[in-house]
Amino acid sequence: MSFLKITGLSARLKGTAFPILRDVSLEVAAGEVHGLVGESGAGKSMIGKAVLGILPASVEITRGAIELDGMDLLSLPPAERRRRIGATAALIPQDPLTALNPSRRIGPQVTDRLVDILGWPRARAETRARELLAEVHIPDPERVMRSYPHELSGGMRQRILIASAFAAEPKLIVADEPTTALDVTVQKQILKLIAEMQARHGTALLFVTHDLGVVSKVCQSLSVLYGGKVMEATTVRDFFRQPAHGYSRALLAATPKYTDPAASLTPVPDAVIAAVQAEIAAHDRSLRHG
Amino acid sequence: MQLFRAFLLRLATTAVTLIGVAVIVFVVIRVVPGNPIAMMLPPGATEADIARLTAQYGLDKSIPAQFLIWCQGVVQGDFGTSITSNQPVLRLVLGRLPATLELSIMALVIAVVIGGAIALTGTRNRGTKVEAALDVGNGMALSVPDFLWGLVLILIFGVLWPVFHISGRVTPSLELPFTTDFYLFESVLRLRFDLWADIVSHMFMPALALAIPLAAIIGQLLKQSLKETMHLDYVTLARTKGYGENHVITREALPNAILPTLTLVGVQFTFLIGGTVIIERLFSYEGLGNMAIDAVINRDLPLIQGIVILFAAIFTAVNLIVDLSYALLNPRLRHGQ
Repeated sequence: MSFLKITGLSARLKGTAFPILRDVSLEVAAGEVHGLVGESGAGKSMIGKAVLGILPASVEITRGAIELDGMDLLSLPPAERRRRIGATAALIPQDPLTALNPSRRIGPQVTDRLVDILGWPRARAETRARELLAEVHIPDPERVMRSYPHELSGGMRQRILIASAFAAEPKLIVADEPTTALDVTVQKQILKLIAEMQARHGTALLFVTHDLGVVSKVCQSLSVLYGGKVMEATTVRDFFRQPAHGYSRALLAATPKYTDPAASLTPVPDAVIAAVQAEIAAHDRSLRHG
Repeated sequence: MQLFRAFLLRLATTAVTLIGVAVIVFVVIRVVPGNPIAMMLPPGATEADIARLTAQYGLDKSIPAQFLIWCQGVVQGDFGTSITSNQPVLRLVLGRLPATLELSIMALVIAVVIGGAIALTGTRNRGTKVEAALDVGNGMALSVPDFLWGLVLILIFGVLWPVFHISGRVTPSLELPFTTDFYLFESVLRLRFDLWADIVSHMFMPALALAIPLAAIIGQLLKQSLKETMHLDYVTLARTKGYGENHVITREALPNAILPTLTLVGVQFTFLIGGTVIIERLFSYEGLGNMAIDAVINRDLPLIQGIVILFAAIFTAVNLIVDLSYALLNPRLRHGQ
């Protein structure tokens, strides 16, 4: 039984024919970690944003359905949709330095959803926040909750954002390149922390990244995107053993190998890109005529 | 500690500023043509009369000598005596100050309320015709100066639909039980809402005329700042938590968007106080500005000096308050970083 089910989702730049997502379908089972990989502009972030209802105002969904925990999100009235998403899903954002409100203390930023959206009593929400901050290995949660974001390091802030994402025990978390903005040394810890929290809470995770190394470490399945279209959806095991799509193979070959620095940095060959673009064009034609 | 040292430094620079202003005013009003003595004397006064009066007011001495005498007085709290009314300048000026302060603050409150409403409505309806209409209104409000708005208001609320008083500060026939000159403030304290209504009805048009351009500036800047803030990651994150547009605007974006607006409001507020000079004249409102014009017309040198110094003191005080509230609202500054 899939917890998140996206069927035939297409989106375009508002008022133009420029496609952002092309007929995207994917399923994430409860407790599964699904990777969304692709280059910049492939549309991987847009899928996560569409699920959470935070697409930029310039992007409009033209067709398709997003089903979250059995609710057909796109058919709900906006206010109701927002509330349901807030109660069942959460976001781990990309840049911890900009994702916390600089003029609010940490405590309320972790507890606000519990109190305002889920209606918890404040004291209970605060106890919960303290537990969660301890769970993400933050020393002295009491002090941190009274702090302002600028008093904390980037790694600390990302831990807080992770704690905050898990606060309402969501069934799905979208992690939007959660380690890209961090130092390499901190990246590893944060990745480990997300995997640890995911396993403990049994949350389904939609993991947006351009790093196949990260995918191999934390994901069970993945979708490879190019030009807003899913090229290949498969399990991580199969993907690394026998990638089915030509683009997937090229992408794997382009991943830098630390064991063989001389052979690293092979770009995706032009011929592969041309083939992929021809495939997308054919797909667009079939959509128009079908 | 750091904040306290910054505060002391500000006080020191303020003192230097005020001395500078005093010197400039002192010299300028003595150098420009126009002799206060000539205006006081009846036609046919003799040379001896003129010399006697000039000496009486100390105007026969050199300008530096006059300045030193004036400074000695100021240090003892004596700003001289008004030439036209023969009363101590300090008492005259402090008697009018409350009227101008009440008018300016009323105007500021109106400007913040209207400007804030424009910014919030514009942000809530960004990209729609509502926002476009607000922008057009803002542009009009900005391009017409406050005294013209005063005339427009007189035409509307004084002539076509006469609901407000067009001149004075309070209806002269009313019995005033006040012990201070803060009429508006005291009428509330004494629970005399009949007087309060009369005072507000006198103040409303001049305050609104002063407020309209400032409201447009606040509306425009705050809206711009809000719109930029609405794209930031923490606002998006709040949306994923389930919060709606109104909440996101007022609780996530507004506290951060206010900061750049605040500095500008401080600067503009000092312009607004400067604007009271003409507006008070227009509405015959008995405040400092009106008194300043009379003082200039009558070449009442000590009074002009006193008023200008007081205006300068108000300006620097406003700037100080703005800086302090900026530090108070911005946690990054509050912690001395």
